[in-house]
Amino acid sequence: MQRQIPLILTGVIGFVMLLYFFVPHPFISGPGHFFEDAVIIVVAFAIVLGAANLLTFNGEIIARRGKDWPYKVVLLVSMFAMIAIGLVEGERYLEPETVFSWMYNTFYASMQATMFALLAFFIASAAFRAFRIRNLEAGLLAVAALFVMLGRVPIGNVISAHWPNGIQLPQISDWIMENPQNSAKRAILMGAALGVMSTGLRIIMGIEGSFARSGGNS
Amino acid sequence: MTSLLVFLAILAAVALVVAFLIRIPSVATTLARMRRLDRRWIFLAVWVLVMVPLLFPLKLPVAPTARAMQYYEQIDRLKAGDIVLLSADFDPAAGPELVPMLKTSIMQLCRKKVRIVGDCLWPGGPPLLEQAFSEVARDTFHYRYGEDYVNLGFKEGREAVMLAMGNSIPGTFPSDFRGTPVSKLPLMGKVTNLRSVKLLVNVSAGYPGTKEWVQQTQSRFNLKIISGCTAVSAPEYYAYLQSGQLLGLLGGMAGAAEYEKMAGVTGAATKGMDAQSSVHLLVMLCILLGNLAHWAARRLGER
Repeated sequence: MQRQIPLILTGVIGFVMLLYFFVPHPFISGPGHFFEDAVIIVVAFAIVLGAANLLTFNGEIIARRGKDWPYKVVLLVSMFAMIAIGLVEGERYLEPETVFSWMYNTFYASMQATMFALLAFFIASAAFRAFRIRNLEAGLLAVAALFVMLGRVPIGNVISAHWPNGIQLPQISDWIMENPQNSAKRAILMGAALGVMSTGLRIIMGIEGSFARSGGNS
Repeated sequence: MTSLLVFLAILAAVALVVAFLIRIPSVATTLARMRRLDRRWIFLAVWVLVMVPLLFPLKLPVAPTARAMQYYEQIDRLKAGDIVLLSADFDPAAGPELVPMLKTSIMQLCRKKVRIVGDCLWPGGPPLLEQAFSEVARDTFHYRYGEDYVNLGFKEGREAVMLAMGNSIPGTFPSDFRGTPVSKLPLMGKVTNLRSVKLLVNVSAGYPGTKEWVQQTQSRFNLKIISGCTAVSAPEYYAYLQSGQLLGLLGGMAGAAEYEKMAGVTGAATKGMDAQSSVHLLVMLCILLGNLAHWAARRLGER
């Protein structure tokens, strides 16, 4: 039963949601709206579950002084500090003058922006060390990259300002993005969509039941 | 035409000179030695090329693309009093790229006297949306909260939230980000579901974002969508733009700078484009030098 019940629930709900997309009749849309709301509630519980998991996982490492335990302390202290400050400041916690906003802007936003900004350094380093033109395909990729990188920034406008209309760097960049790039991307999107459809149908019809196997056998 | 021929001639001349030089053992040895270049020199070059244009702007010309013009025109077509949904689906990691286009979008909406309902599907995003609303809508255009704009805040559930908003926005967000019941906000009395908004302005850094809004809501609720997104996710949305499911697209900081140019403001994106131009040139130089070093090493028989 531990396997059958989840499969039946998945099949029934999946079938209703599939119909709900095409059939606006209240007989279908009523349960459809209910399942939509249910998903939002279940996912909200998952946040609590995630926080509890974070606490137990890192708490255990801190207790036995495991690898990088001081960082785990920082993580948990930061999490509880943000929660506590948000609760104390109440409904106006997002106002610009609050401590919560100060901590958000000073720590969270700065650290996230720093992590993202580091990419620029590593991309430049990787371009020097790893981008090797060993064959025709790599050569084409390099040429396309050069045109797109130049065409997407103002320096490309300056370089090709007096070139004939139609072959200026931004226009070449746009052509690459809208034709070869878009064709390949669209093919990937269609392939992925077909894969999602087939996996979805397998799950709804109970053929793909691997997600329900961890519960053990009845 | 002449300048193009000169450009191509210079490229060909450089290639010939490099091909000749690489045959000279001493030059090849020097180039091959570059493979052992300490990467901290590259990091230093990136830092200098970012900082110098920020401190001493080059003011390179920004030319709007058709995609950015479409984005601008979609907002420009709105009438005073129309209601739009502004979904800010990103967090601070994408802030430098997306906050400029978020602020300019709010500014253009306010100029048109359009009423704005804001929401956020990323947990780290609500403060960024609120800061943009406070700075532009409230302080600059004197928009009144609850009447001219509303911030519904964050709701977990991703695609399920989008679908639920198609059914009922007040039902999906019973209270705003401060906890005020939406029934007490006059603007929300005029909003029922996604069919009651004229346009969705989505500022997106990934999942959930533009792709999901298009897939879940565009055809189902006949929703007009324009998107401002990170440069890395823009290529994925070109297909939706060509099919007409997206009506405008701003890609990354370049897109934001183009939009600022059309809106007549010099914001953070415009200021950042000089730095981005110089770093793009550096990356190109790194690719060329890295490959020259590699070819030189191969010529000398090194592995």
